[in-house]
Amino acid sequence: MQKMKLVVVGNGMAGMRVVEELLKIAPDIYDITVFGDEPYPNYNRIMLSPVLANEQTINDIILNTREWYAENNITLHTSARINKIDRKNRVVYAEDGTSAEYDRLLLATGSKPFMPPIPGKELAGVLGYRDIKDTNDMIEAAKLHKHAVVIGGGLLGLEAANGLKIQGMEVTVVHKNEWLLEKQLDKTAGKMLQKNLEAKGLNFLLKKNTELLIGDGSDAVTGGRVKTVRFTDGLEIPADLVVMAVGIRPNFALAESAGIYCNKGIVVNDTMQTYDPRIYAVGECVAHRGISYGLVAPLFEMAKVCATHLANFGIGIYKGSVTSTKLKVTGIDLFSAGDFAGSHEADDGREEIVLHDAVGGIYKKLVIKNDKIIGGVLYGDTADGSWYFQMLRDGKAIHEIRDSLMFGQDSLGNTGHQGQDKAAAMTNEMEVCGCNGVCKGTIVKAIQDHGLFTIDDVKKQTKAGSSCGSCVGLVEQILASTLGGGYAPPSTSKAVCGCTDKNHEEVRAEIRTHKYLNIPDAMKGMGWRTPNGCATCRPALNYYLLSTWPHEAVDDPQSRFINERVHANIQKDGTYSVIPRMYGGVTTPSQLRKIADVADKYAVPMVKVTGGQRIDLLGVKKEDLVGMWKDLDMPSGYAYAKGIRTVKTCVGSEFCRFGTQNSTQMGIDIEKAFDHMWAPHKVKFAVSGCPRNCAESGIKDVGVIGVDSGWEIYVGGNGGIKTEVAQFLCKVKTSDEVLEYSGAFIQIYREEARYLDRTVHWIERVGLEYVKQRVMEDADGRKAAYERLLYALQGAIEPWGERVQNRENHKEFETITV
Amino acid sequence: MSNWVRVAPLDEIPKLGARVVRTQAGNNEHVDIGVFRTEDDRIFAINNTCPHKGGPLSQGIVYGDKVACPLHSWKISLGDGKAEEPDVGETACFKTKVEDGIVYLEIKK
Repeated sequence: MQKMKLVVVGNGMAGMRVVEELLKIAPDIYDITVFGDEPYPNYNRIMLSPVLANEQTINDIILNTREWYAENNITLHTSARINKIDRKNRVVYAEDGTSAEYDRLLLATGSKPFMPPIPGKELAGVLGYRDIKDTNDMIEAAKLHKHAVVIGGGLLGLEAANGLKIQGMEVTVVHKNEWLLEKQLDKTAGKMLQKNLEAKGLNFLLKKNTELLIGDGSDAVTGGRVKTVRFTDGLEIPADLVVMAVGIRPNFALAESAGIYCNKGIVVNDTMQTYDPRIYAVGECVAHRGISYGLVAPLFEMAKVCATHLANFGIGIYKGSVTSTKLKVTGIDLFSAGDFAGSHEADDGREEIVLHDAVGGIYKKLVIKNDKIIGGVLYGDTADGSWYFQMLRDGKAIHEIRDSLMFGQDSLGNTGHQGQDKAAAMTNEMEVCGCNGVCKGTIVKAIQDHGLFTIDDVKKQTKAGSSCGSCVGLVEQILASTLGGGYAPPSTSKAVCGCTDKNHEEVRAEIRTHKYLNIPDAMKGMGWRTPNGCATCRPALNYYLLSTWPHEAVDDPQSRFINERVHANIQKDGTYSVIPRMYGGVTTPSQLRKIADVADKYAVPMVKVTGGQRIDLLGVKKEDLVGMWKDLDMPSGYAYAKGIRTVKTCVGSEFCRFGTQNSTQMGIDIEKAFDHMWAPHKVKFAVSGCPRNCAESGIKDVGVIGVDSGWEIYVGGNGGIKTEVAQFLCKVKTSDEVLEYSGAFIQIYREEARYLDRTVHWIERVGLEYVKQRVMEDADGRKAAYERLLYALQGAIEPWGERVQNRENHKEFETITV
Repeated sequence: MSNWVRVAPLDEIPKLGARVVRTQAGNNEHVDIGVFRTEDDRIFAINNTCPHKGGPLSQGIVYGDKVACPLHSWKISLGDGKAEEPDVGETACFKTKVEDGIVYLEIKK
């Protein structure tokens, strides 16, 4: 079949991002031709400021080399500005005479600096700040001239001013507002910023309007080179270089000349299609729902949507973006997002929380309305910017954390990275990811060299954060500070994996609504892009099916991770470990004898007591598993499962002189009642017989603590990557109530959490209040949830015994010898 | 010189799954080969050792014509034994055929 022709006009970040996304999901359907009017391959425009500031070179910021275009069979025309689109014959023409036919056309013509109509703006030495050429012109001007004037105290203007100062010029920033960055900062933060920049040697003229640029008269026709800037109040200052940075305007002249509907930008619908159905547009040149964006994060969101439509998937909708900004001036940390006007500026019930340390140079303001963050400004300490921004985008209710909100995310996981939780304080040699041995410098370099923009990109490229995940918060900080304004944290409500655009909640809802009972039907019904998913979505789907339709859905062993498929834990050398259940951690001499005999018979290399109060036989060959299970004649301990693991107990009132309740028996009862239970992730219980809490109930998914008058139940604890103390759920009187309340809690978690969420992650998202409402206030709902759990567990089959019985059905365990 | 050895009937290899075939390599040494079956009944054979840290690939989750290593989730292509980018490495491939419902594997002598 002949491939369709895709022509991309614009070789910038937006257009090429579409091409990259398209190559990922549908590499073979187009012959791609790209036209760019600059002489370079695709580069990272947001890194021009670090280039001007001598922190990076042009080579550092190239995103796709010419070799990359060649390897992907993309025809690249550089220095080729398209000046005509013949929509009838579907051809584009470049100024240099090149032409190309298209079946689909993608316009990504970006924006151009707005040049205000000030007399003298045509003089030599007056320029905008947009591309590599402008950057080089500034660097050259700095070698010959002394006085620079930057008109516009916005992000771009300040970055230009900072760069020119570093290049050795005397720089004055002219701004018509009362404070800098008025679109990003409130007055307090704007004034702090000005003070810091003045300390770096920049001069500011605020509340000034430029009237006229005066030339040196060296050329009678053009007026020569700029020499002086005059303001409306009569003040004149010397200027050999004037940088106009008062804003950008979408560049849509080409589209307009071709008769495509434009209104302050190329008008597109939510699929990024223009009024001509063969023509798409993305990036700064478009007007989407009346808004044009000038930051990189929205462009990438558009690119993703556009690529799915170019790939003929017909899915994905762009709904607009909430943006956040950072200033890329080394040594100055500021972050702002959303609507940060304070309560005295907008009378609509908004509240603000402010932390201001004028001496320490720190200012933080969060604006809250209806229990949600709607905007914020951070100055001096921006480490938590991404965290706030994520809550803003997700519309998260904050009353439960309001007390500590201002102090940031308390800690980011506390093992494996030397106790650090502020990336900025780390040196390049310090290890960020303790699992994969990745240092901060390696991550920074990978972000710069490979042009990475998302956490997933960094994980893939460097492996940092890809194992236990405890350092992801640090990786995110490093990404945000390296990219500056280019980083937007992902919404937590993201697609399950690359095989679908649906998120976990949507998948769960559709499984329930359409009563899908097996993975192929579910994938087909929900429009999965891949024939049989991937190693990420299949285990999740399998769990969702089983937890939604117990006894009806088909369990697919091939969609389970090996440990759950063979009911043993795989080890680094490919051997397995065998952990039999010891309910409540209680064993007997004859059981121990049997375990010892089995360990001898199969020459088990290591016998170890686990943290969950039972015995682990390590280093077992897969072929020996079934034989060992037969000889042990004990139930599986599910030590490998996303499901119930152990119920840890202390001695309790049977023997302990302090014990108030029989915690051992309570533990045994819980473990027996919930045996064989699958869950979104592992589930650990503990029962202590008194508040001395020797069973460590405070760091378990469900921790039960006996007191003289009954039992206290705590939920959402975790002793792993990030130690989380369990929160008090309720107090009950009887052991039956312990089963009912904790069972209901676990069942709601099983039905509503995302796959691979521990209870703590789920509670973090829905709030403890919600959990309390479901378990405590709604008594009927609690009883029904508990009933559903018991129903799901009814008649559960003990997996080891079943495999011993039906050996024939489990060829999996046999090696074929030839 | 090469020869085809019988592995097993096709239906003894699970769809989207694999079996381990142990081949003698002399001196009491052996080499394990993973024989994989895709959803559409294509059969692939690759060395059962992940190029990353030697994980037994036959134990991974099979999808499309790839397998995710059970140890650290490297994605290995069954067709050419190569690791998916950005990981780098490859494991040996072997030819297979199915005749009369029986799977055969080509082993070089």
